[in-house]
Amino acid sequence: MNIEILIPLLAAAVQSGTPILYATLGEIFTERSGILNLGVEGTMIIGALSGFLVAKATGNPYIAFVAAGLAGTCAASIHGLVCLVFQGNQVVSGLALTILGVGVANYLGTPYVGLTAPGFDPLPIPLLSELPIVGAIFFSQDLLVYLTYIIPVLIWIFLYNTRFGLSLRAAGEYPAAATAAGLKVVGYRWLGVLGGGFFMGLGGAYLSLAYTHLWTNNLTAGRGWIAVALVIFAFWRPGRAVFGAYLFGGIMALQLRLQASGTQIPSSLLLMLPYALTVAVLVLSSWWRGKTDEPGALGTNILPAD
Amino acid sequence: MRFSKILTTALLGVGLCVTQVAAEDMNIGFVYVSPIGDAGWSYAHDQGRLELEKMDGVTTSYVEAVAEGPDSERVMLNMARKGYDVIFATSFGYMDPMLKVAKQFPETIFMHCSGFKMADNMGNYFGRMYQARYLSGMVAGAMTKSNIIGYAAAFPIPEVIRGINAFTLGAQSMNPEVTVRVVWTKTWYDPATEKEAAKSLLDVGADVIAQHQDSPAPQEAAQEKGVYSIGYNSDMSQAAPKAHLTAPIWNWGPFYVETVKQVKEGTWKAASTWPGLKEGIVDLAPMSDMVPQEVQDKVMAKKEAIKGGEKVFVGPLKDQEGAEKVAAGAAMSDEELLGMTWFIQGVIGTTE
Repeated sequence: MNIEILIPLLAAAVQSGTPILYATLGEIFTERSGILNLGVEGTMIIGALSGFLVAKATGNPYIAFVAAGLAGTCAASIHGLVCLVFQGNQVVSGLALTILGVGVANYLGTPYVGLTAPGFDPLPIPLLSELPIVGAIFFSQDLLVYLTYIIPVLIWIFLYNTRFGLSLRAAGEYPAAATAAGLKVVGYRWLGVLGGGFFMGLGGAYLSLAYTHLWTNNLTAGRGWIAVALVIFAFWRPGRAVFGAYLFGGIMALQLRLQASGTQIPSSLLLMLPYALTVAVLVLSSWWRGKTDEPGALGTNILPAD
Repeated sequence: MRFSKILTTALLGVGLCVTQVAAEDMNIGFVYVSPIGDAGWSYAHDQGRLELEKMDGVTTSYVEAVAEGPDSERVMLNMARKGYDVIFATSFGYMDPMLKVAKQFPETIFMHCSGFKMADNMGNYFGRMYQARYLSGMVAGAMTKSNIIGYAAAFPIPEVIRGINAFTLGAQSMNPEVTVRVVWTKTWYDPATEKEAAKSLLDVGADVIAQHQDSPAPQEAAQEKGVYSIGYNSDMSQAAPKAHLTAPIWNWGPFYVETVKQVKEGTWKAASTWPGLKEGIVDLAPMSDMVPQEVQDKVMAKKEAIKGGEKVFVGPLKDQEGAEKVAAGAAMSDEELLGMTWFIQGVIGTTE
């Protein structure tokens, strides 16, 4: 494979990986507080639709992007309500949120299928985009991609270098001890759920505002599930999430480019690659259990007695 | 007692009158697989339905975004129960549900698009889209400078493969050096994947993008790269005015009007119909000003020739390995076309 094909492939990997990256960061944020949210797919698609509708109504993609995040927060609040107020099962609630989100978005979005809305176009950064190789891959993208160069750093600083972040991690690691230390564990878990939902909504909006400027049913097409798997691959660390998301984006972009280059490998096999990789990643990560940052109390509810 | 009897009779009378008025109007139902939107497959069928609305004594209605399978059976059953005279179902997966419903309602006429099963009261129909694809291929072949044309395709089924082959033949007729590279998305409507497929074709040097899916996302990709594109289904020039050269399009109106006329006059018979350019069911969207006049003239001349009976798939035709599949001078039969699962020479890609 020569360099003229490799650079566009890597640029496409960054772009295809971006929506997954937003969602993965959101899920890491949520799971670090001890709440497992399997509703990523549903939250993303609600974000995608909200972003699209707001962009169409206001003509302003910036407002639309923020609105998509807020819509993701709203969707995630359902999960918070079930798990933090009513002590419901986190797995079931998350699955229900995915089914609900996809259903609601398809229902409300049907009249808008095939319509376009204003969004974000590629915006090469002056000087940086002229750098050889790196410029074309990382700095000739759109604004929302550039944001993902900063967000993982911010999340890392928050989780590892602030009191709030420490408390949020404590709520996910050992809630009983956190409570004994005087922390309002339920409050931190709410922060995890709602904040995580915000990023998932942004991930959805990336699909309807930047990747394409179109709305269609099932726009997320399973990317939320890949994000759930990537959290495990990333060992719950924001930095590794970036690597994982680009790896997946790369595989997605690669299978189409292999076809375009005229390979004789059956296309069905190539289309399977990202999902086969998901399974492989899960198997490998569970093997290689060493230094994972999996929260100790992930998926367990805090009973009022605690 | 007597008064109530009179009242009942009167009401019955009114009721009868009302049903009689309604019975004179023909009720036509349409089942669409996707939302109508403002472009694409279901949109094209709906334009045909609107033509029917203009006929006297015809009322139409439709149900959109009906999933193939049990959902569609329920929708068609409901239409048949309500006494619809003709029901058009416009997706391949509606075939078996429709056959089931057709057997229960022998008085209702059923028309299925793109399938192959029939009954006494169920016919099927499709259009020879490959004829229009040949013409769009001529445009693409004339406009490419890199001699690489990208084709974002949906599923490797005969309908799509036939279209790619016809397109390639058209392109080769204008420019023998042309190769057509195919990327399968395995989607009919997934803008994100389809755009990425088009981009991957652009990355390997394609400077004209054609497509066989319903979303205009590949057009968007071509315009962003500043190259040309060929649409599909309906005129997609709105999605990419600077890239869109033309599009092979559906024009169902005349066919639907003709079918309903036949039903009205009692001459309708269940049949398998496959009309083409001549009948006007498929056509080429107006060509953009970017296409030189001389090319436009050639394309229009070819269009007239095909309308006059010239065949698109005439030998010698070779497959990708160069083995002769159709001998010089021989034309492929409809049966062979409907079962076409191999690419002609000049197509780069696999049908698997």
